[in-house]
Amino acid sequence: MSIQFHKETFRGDYSFHNSERAIKRFPFPFDKDSYMYAVNMEQHRGGPADSIYEKRFDVDEHYISEMDDRAMVLADDPLRCQSLPHMTLAGWDLLELIMVSKSEDYPDLFELHRNGDQWRWINKPLGIDDSFTFMDETTLPYGPMEYITRQTQGDFCVLDQRDDNLWMDAGMVTTQADWSLDFDIGMNFFEWHAPVPLAHEKGIFVRALKFLLNIQQGAPARRLNWTMTVNPLLDTSPENYHKWGIQKTTLTPENIAAKQHLRVELQTFFRLPRSNALVFPIRCYLCAFQDLMTVPKWGRRLHRVIRDLPVELATYKGFIDNRPMMLDYLSQFDDGQPTSLGIWPDLDTEPPLKSA
Amino acid sequence: MSKFEFPPSIKSRPVWGTLEARAGKHHLMIADAEGAEAILGIATPELMANTHIIYIPAGTDYAARLSALKPAQFYEGPSYAAAVTRIQRVLQDAHMGLQVYLTGTEGLMGQAMHEAMQAGIPHTAIQTEHRGSVARRMQCVHCKGITENVETDPFVCSHCGLNLFVRDHYSRRLAAYQGVCIDAEDPGNVPEPKGIYE
Repeated sequence: MSIQFHKETFRGDYSFHNSERAIKRFPFPFDKDSYMYAVNMEQHRGGPADSIYEKRFDVDEHYISEMDDRAMVLADDPLRCQSLPHMTLAGWDLLELIMVSKSEDYPDLFELHRNGDQWRWINKPLGIDDSFTFMDETTLPYGPMEYITRQTQGDFCVLDQRDDNLWMDAGMVTTQADWSLDFDIGMNFFEWHAPVPLAHEKGIFVRALKFLLNIQQGAPARRLNWTMTVNPLLDTSPENYHKWGIQKTTLTPENIAAKQHLRVELQTFFRLPRSNALVFPIRCYLCAFQDLMTVPKWGRRLHRVIRDLPVELATYKGFIDNRPMMLDYLSQFDDGQPTSLGIWPDLDTEPPLKSA
Repeated sequence: MSKFEFPPSIKSRPVWGTLEARAGKHHLMIADAEGAEAILGIATPELMANTHIIYIPAGTDYAARLSALKPAQFYEGPSYAAAVTRIQRVLQDAHMGLQVYLTGTEGLMGQAMHEAMQAGIPHTAIQTEHRGSVARRMQCVHCKGITENVETDPFVCSHCGLNLFVRDHYSRRLAAYQGVCIDAEDPGNVPEPKGIYE
């Protein structure tokens, strides 16, 4: 199906909204009624038709507006995109991976024509038609990683692999859940995850790193992660926290349904062929509480997960102060009925909400 | 002066060691203030015969005692900023077999480690020992400005003036800890500053 791209904002008047289709395909991150950290990796080899898992790099109705927002973030702060000098080859690898994937997966939107190292890239939604020489930086308006990630939804971390570790040596990071590429660039896997509570003690990062070091070309992996955001703000960066932090205090029982968003990251992992780097796209999906509640299963489950989440996690994810108000709202959508396993909405099989 | 025991922390926070004389053709020792004591602790005439000491007294009076060790080269500088080009020049000439020793404040060790890493020496091959002040070198995550010698939490960014809390999250590349606005969600509600380890 063709995608109707929205003209919308992720700041100021926050005109961002999800269509009914987008709500149904939202990556609800909880496969059962409770949550604790887990490595929860699976192969990224497609998924149900029209789900966010179907394509290698999902393109949705927010594409053009998300790219506009990224351009604004970069104009304000160019340090959101950085690449250490040894990472340029990995940038070309990434450009190739995305151009090939998108032109194969969305032939009506993207075209790639290759004649030796003479490439032509057509991006119809963004109105781009560029010819360039593959591996020659002087023929592109930006470095290869920046060029292609200005045209691809989601943040991108490009990880160098050496000394049995992964190193955050390049990235495009404008839609992050409160971490700074500028601060973390150059760190290894354990260092950039250092501030995460509980997971180190559970051995999560040791196991996750082992898994990631062994990812092979052509066999990408994926997992979901989540947090909470007040207003559909993509740029929840530490750099701008002194500006957006105050928005967390604007939640009221009257506006919480529309203002409070579940923020889900689809994290994927691809081995890159020439550099042996690992690219780690972190794609952000936002959904307002009121839209999530249109799926009875998700209403029941979100209430239970948020209610039972350990204090450390609610604090780390930044919503401990707002949790009581969230629970007041969410409890209206939990009638105590059991829920089916798995993340899918199961609209045809799950019972509607029983009125109190 | 006794050594400060840093409390256990997160994995990005550096863990400082204890200097020991290692076998090597050349030895580069970079220190500030009470770091002199760590050098005095391991110095032998044989070691000093192949040692270059770069020392920033920072108001202390150890310089004469270090100089009296008769190192092959001795430099006393007024500040790290004044010494850094010399450090870079010395590291340019570093050959296999150079041993690097850093001791003193975290700011000194972190910045000198950054230079050594730029010169291709892995950080795991560099010896360190913390001595003296426990003040931190902090980067403001908002304006990116570095504030040196931060002793309290919270503190005021010396560049943009925001009230920042002191995180343990540390960047070797920046040689700095991260400072984040403490009153973003409640402007003006800034706790009374206290010592970082109090």
